[in-house]
Amino acid sequence: MGSRYSFAHSDPHNAFITICREAEYGEGPLSGIPVAVKDNISTAGIETTCGSNILKGYIPPYDAHVITLLRSAGAAIVGKTNMDEFGMGTTTETSAFGPTLNPADPTRAPGGSSGGSAAAVASGMVPMALGTDTGGSVRCPASFCGVVGLKPTYGRVSRYGLIAYANSMEQIGPLAENVRDCALLYSVIAGHDPRDGTSLDLPAPAPLKPEIAGKRIGVPAEFFGEGVDPAVASAVRSGIDRLEGLGAEIISCSMPSMQYALAAYYVTSMSEASSNLGRYDGVRYGTAPDFVRSWHDAYSHIRKTGFGEEVRRRILLGSFALSAGYQGKYYAKAQAARQMVRNDFARLFKTVDMLAGPTMPCVALPLGETSDPLSMYLADILTVPANLAGVPALSVPCGTAHNLPVGLQLIGQHGAEDEILSAALAFEEGSA
Amino acid sequence: MVSKEDVAHIATIADIGVDESELELFTDQFNAILDYFDVLDSVPVGGDAAPLRANVFRDDEVVPSLPHDEVLMNATDPEDGFIRAPRVI
Repeated sequence: MGSRYSFAHSDPHNAFITICREAEYGEGPLSGIPVAVKDNISTAGIETTCGSNILKGYIPPYDAHVITLLRSAGAAIVGKTNMDEFGMGTTTETSAFGPTLNPADPTRAPGGSSGGSAAAVASGMVPMALGTDTGGSVRCPASFCGVVGLKPTYGRVSRYGLIAYANSMEQIGPLAENVRDCALLYSVIAGHDPRDGTSLDLPAPAPLKPEIAGKRIGVPAEFFGEGVDPAVASAVRSGIDRLEGLGAEIISCSMPSMQYALAAYYVTSMSEASSNLGRYDGVRYGTAPDFVRSWHDAYSHIRKTGFGEEVRRRILLGSFALSAGYQGKYYAKAQAARQMVRNDFARLFKTVDMLAGPTMPCVALPLGETSDPLSMYLADILTVPANLAGVPALSVPCGTAHNLPVGLQLIGQHGAEDEILSAALAFEEGSA
Repeated sequence: MVSKEDVAHIATIADIGVDESELELFTDQFNAILDYFDVLDSVPVGGDAAPLRANVFRDDEVVPSLPHDEVLMNATDPEDGFIRAPRVI
């Protein structure tokens, strides 16, 4: 510590909830690099709200493990980025702090839920940022804003200090202007942490080099199924042709469990959310309860006024899915479907090194257009399988559709971040 | 199909206040979303689809925790080192 970074940018896209104008930094691989952090990652002494009114004013007394690692690596933490409330959204419009605008077209949403992190990178405010990905929340905004985003293998990055939404699926991941910066930030945050019971103890990430020649890349037909915008599909198919041109072998394949993936994801994530968000009672932190009311009355009231509509909807649906008489129909079936997704990936990875397809079925949506919750959920169909199975996946820009950025998604085997980052680098640089 | 009464019941269980005016909207949305979830009815049970999961517990070792004053720093109006909560009965 000792040096200070002055962060002078204005924030025309509302990418940040909190800006730290003067940030300390030290020596290390990220020395003096301004890094933005999604507002659901605990930062000692810096307000952390998860984009929610219920946590307005909450100052974490400790740093998340990734923040400790960022500080040790010399990074200057310049602020906390806007997000869908508790990560529940695909547009960053459910934030209590107003929507973030997409730098590629400010009339459109940046995607979500890590929309603030993606917009901060895409607008050039910072070269790299941390997001979190529970069902696509790093990859979706990376795709919509035209930046690179990685969801690591489940357990690769410590979740200690990440405020939980659906803990069996979420991972902290890097977003950056290019693959090299994304890999650099990933190399800083990856590693074992005994304070996260699901943390993996794996070797450190390998040095990054472009490598795609000879790789077998599977393209499941279901990734180009119903609901994928033909212009997006065309941009991604051109990207896959470029992978082939760089020496990759493209193999058509099938992933039948895709038909269940979205429902399995939403039942699971809502169920976990209904439990995780039970802690917001205003007693230990956050907006204070009305001490005159009785317990349940005060609790119901604070959760009605403190949570936004989407968060309340998901807590209610999760509570319903876990309630007596419905567990077998929803939660148990969702876990069986989740295992089918894992089995599909395991089967495919016997014959291919990685999978490729669109990150999102569409381009960035106009602000204010997603009022129907189910249609918003459907946009996550291509990103949720990686979270259900815990495998790593990234989004790298692969051109445009309707003059808006399109992301190519590469999905790897458990622990194969190095392999998909190397492939993405070769793709980005146009060299094998 | 869930009814307005079902949604109101869940809201009570989950301690989530819901206005009468919101009940109808939530009920309609729940039915649309639950209809979509019905795809899970056709998931085969048993066999390869059986979830391969087990709980794994760590040893319960005592480690240092946060200082008392830092734990309380976000609580509203703590009293004599204790947090305050609404009355239970």
